[in-house]
Amino acid sequence: MEIQQYNFIFLYQETAALTKRLFIQLKRRPSTFFAGILQPIIWLFLFGALFANAPKDFLPGVDSYGNFLGAGLIVFTAFSGALNSGLPLMFDREFGFLNRLLVAPLTSRLSIVLSSFFYITILSFVQSLAIMFISFLLGYGFPNFLGLGIVFATLILLVLFVTSISLCLAFVLPGHIELIALIFVVNLPLLFASTALAPISFMPSWLGWIASFNPLTFAIEPIRIAYSSNFNLDLVALNAPYGDLTCRNCISLLFLLTILSLVIIRPLLNKKLT
Amino acid sequence: MNQIQIQNLSKDYLDVKALKKININITEGSLFGILGPNGAGKTTLLRTLATLISPDEGTIKINNIDVIKEPRKIRELIGYVAQEIALDKILTGRELLDFQADLYHIDQSNKLKRIELLINQLDMQNWIDRKCGTYSGGMKRRIDLAAGLLHLPKVLILDEPTVGLDIESRNIIWGLLNDLKKDGMTIILSSHYLDEIDKLADNVVIINDGKIIDQGNPTQLKNKFGGDRIILKVREFSDSLESEKVRKILEKIDGISQIVINASQGYSLNFIADRDKDLISKLKVELAFSKFKIFSLSQSQPSLDDVYLQATGKTLQDAELYMTGKRDLKKESKQSMR
Repeated sequence: MEIQQYNFIFLYQETAALTKRLFIQLKRRPSTFFAGILQPIIWLFLFGALFANAPKDFLPGVDSYGNFLGAGLIVFTAFSGALNSGLPLMFDREFGFLNRLLVAPLTSRLSIVLSSFFYITILSFVQSLAIMFISFLLGYGFPNFLGLGIVFATLILLVLFVTSISLCLAFVLPGHIELIALIFVVNLPLLFASTALAPISFMPSWLGWIASFNPLTFAIEPIRIAYSSNFNLDLVALNAPYGDLTCRNCISLLFLLTILSLVIIRPLLNKKLT
Repeated sequence: MNQIQIQNLSKDYLDVKALKKININITEGSLFGILGPNGAGKTTLLRTLATLISPDEGTIKINNIDVIKEPRKIRELIGYVAQEIALDKILTGRELLDFQADLYHIDQSNKLKRIELLINQLDMQNWIDRKCGTYSGGMKRRIDLAAGLLHLPKVLILDEPTVGLDIESRNIIWGLLNDLKKDGMTIILSSHYLDEIDKLADNVVIINDGKIIDQGNPTQLKNKFGGDRIILKVREFSDSLESEKVRKILEKIDGISQIVINASQGYSLNFIADRDKDLISKLKVELAFSKFKIFSLSQSQPSLDDVYLQATGKTLQDAELYMTGKRDLKKESKQSMR
């Protein structure tokens, strides 16, 4: 059998195959995809109604709670999707399918990580666009072209950060039950301990400190700013207890966290995938 | 020429010594059988060959390439079909083969040709476009085998490929293996089916408890006994004392050798009797003289099971039953997870 000679082409071929498999699974079992859109929309309606009469002074830079909530729900959708990205890998581990990948002469085992990342990123983009579109229909506005770029750039960083942690957990934890349990424990508390549902000024001091170090906050605030008509990267996005952070600061912090997480998990992935 | 050289291979799983100083040489283009009961170490040996496990000690070379140092090169050379069939239930058989071909970097035109060829060879035309989740055991095994063969490996490693299969699937797989061997592919086949190894293998290694009991050509191994296998019972359910007494009588008869008492089969006596002597008549006389009656006596050509029995005092079937009760499959499954 004549085997092609170019490593880059090989990497593309194997990553495309792995990603395609994930999309075939999604196409044939789309319930989690639709649930991922439906849940934040239900939240948008319910939370929007619940806090419809909240004093507007508490919500910096927006004129309604629905406007405020949109960014939080976009980030929550991407975060939940990325947090769950380890599950297919865990099932592959448990059912032995991972061995099929490990005995194959993959150019780089990175393709296994890359495919999960591409899949979750595309999924998050589509789900986020659906949420943004429905928010728009509800009168909560839509970011301009540059703002849209910031939304997607922020989502890419968040997805990469959380996906790398989730894939790492998929190798470290003994089985899918433990992974699901951990996702349950982490998912909502991280959302509530961020600025997704309320601004820091609304929180008790201790929660404000936690929220101002929460990576979700670093993703939510730039997206919230991206919705404003006078958007620019140097606008103050977060009034943290330790000082003001601009949109640029938030994205840079998210970028650093992503790099840090990739550096930390790399030895583990190397060990497990060699 | 030895294509595969395994030297002093050892592997421990916490408290279990799965492989103990294994030495094997496998000739290019041969079908090499690995025979042993469940839990003997066959799967660990094959997973090590397939680069899924690193040994604690020893070396393995395939085409003079070190399996431990250069696993990626080895992965290009081998096809591995695991004991547990791991298919993606959501994909169709054709999609799975397409996926597998991409993992092995087969170019588009060759990919389609190879997939079609294997679909025909393994008689999968009628169900290849159904989802893998709907397949029977035999269908799953055939698609798994096809996936292992897509890139035309130099060495095909098969871990118990016919366990639990229907006769049709088994015959198709046996036929394909014979064809592949004729084409010069080296095949390593583990099994606990004696007839399978006896029929297919050019050479065989018999493993028990992580150690090699014997190895060689199946015919040579069987001929080493130099006579017929006799199984004797003096009562339906005898005891150790009685069977020891009978053993002493048998030991005195010239032409009877390799006497083993098989406790798990009612303390039957298993031994080899020279073919050129009328030993059975003599045996009956001697037993009658000592007031023993014959409950049953069977005479057969020695099989590979006798090689196993001779070394362990148990038949392969008994060892299977013993190991089935002893193994912690859940623990083993966790250990095998990466």
